[in-house]
Amino acid sequence: MNTRGLRSQLKDSVPVTGMGQQVGAYGVQDTLRSGFSSVKNELLPSHALELSEKNFQLNQDKMNFSNLRNIQGLHAPLKLQMEYRAARQIQRLPFLQSSHLALDTLKGNDESISFEDILNDPSQSEMVGEPHIMMEYKLGLM
Amino acid sequence: MALSNVVETPASGFNFENVCRNVALEGLLQGGQTKAPKPMKTGTTIAGVLCKNGVVLGADTRATSGEVVADKMCAKIHYISPNIYCCGAGTAADTEKTTDLLSSNLTIFSMNSGRNPRVVMAVNILQDMLFRYRGQIGASLILGGVDCTGNHLYKVGPYGSIDNVPYLAMGSGDLAALGILEDRFKADMEMEEAKELVRDAIHSGIMSDLGSGNNIDICVITKQGVDYIRPYQESEYKDKRQRRYKYRPGTTSILTEKIVPLELEVVQETVQRMDTA
Repeated sequence: MNTRGLRSQLKDSVPVTGMGQQVGAYGVQDTLRSGFSSVKNELLPSHALELSEKNFQLNQDKMNFSNLRNIQGLHAPLKLQMEYRAARQIQRLPFLQSSHLALDTLKGNDESISFEDILNDPSQSEMVGEPHIMMEYKLGLM
Repeated sequence: MALSNVVETPASGFNFENVCRNVALEGLLQGGQTKAPKPMKTGTTIAGVLCKNGVVLGADTRATSGEVVADKMCAKIHYISPNIYCCGAGTAADTEKTTDLLSSNLTIFSMNSGRNPRVVMAVNILQDMLFRYRGQIGASLILGGVDCTGNHLYKVGPYGSIDNVPYLAMGSGDLAALGILEDRFKADMEMEEAKELVRDAIHSGIMSDLGSGNNIDICVITKQGVDYIRPYQESEYKDKRQRRYKYRPGTTSILTEKIVPLELEVVQETVQRMDTA
């Protein structure tokens, strides 16, 4: 695995316990990109569901894997996670649309419809990111 | 246009960016004259009864938005699958979207497995979905259907609670409807008797509750099929408003008619051939 990308891997897999902060150089908040900060906004989630929705998929996966481990042994979640990791790498660069077809099929998302499929479709989002900046963020160079 | 402060594609699903702004706006508006617009609620009476050969569901047809009647012919009995129908009370948009999502999921399932879905499956999907959003989706639903295991009637609350009883009522008029149901319900009723009972229950909800009114819809589900009677009974207080304000041809009588021919003479004539190959 590319070690330069390791920091970006950590960003995605660690469950977020508080509101994410845009950290710039020297560990100080990046005013240019994310505007002025207010301590109250960062500490408290503004909506009751915001935190639980952010972590929903992660928590579901954790629960399912620990169930599997208790029933079938350690090999079952390990094999599944290996397949997920392989399928997750099949995607385009961050500023392009990727279909995530393999990952969806593995997770079973191709047979169900929920609010994630209807609301806020990323292919229809109004804001487009700058390609170079998105690549830098993904590789952990930011 | 590419923005340089966007570093990741936004996640799909619910977007909570405007919550702080909305809270601030609420605070500002309370002091002033204006109020934030209220979502359209169904302010309803819905009822369901299990009978000998199937399930009877009933609903009124009024949708309110604050103190105004927003829709006089609202359809509150939603289609879920050929053998399952669902009455919805609460915020109108939430019930619509939730039942739509449920119906889509069950359709995918039936296409995959080749069978009609069971009512318990619909109830479980609904319960998972509503509990995940901790009651923020204001949808109180009565699900009724007939499947291979028999006739079923379930109630799902907005927080994901389930109740499985032979007769149910929900909505703002549920107390009035429940009074009628408690009084006259018997186990294993005939179809016609059950339809009359549901009609009377909805009627008492319409009479005693401001949020319910207008017509009564009834939906009868049996093993043979579904009979969706809309409206089962129209209210006596129909308004006689015209929908169209156009006059029929022939409304004004013609008094005189004078024809003046317009004389034209040919000044120039050119012929251009068109290539039709």
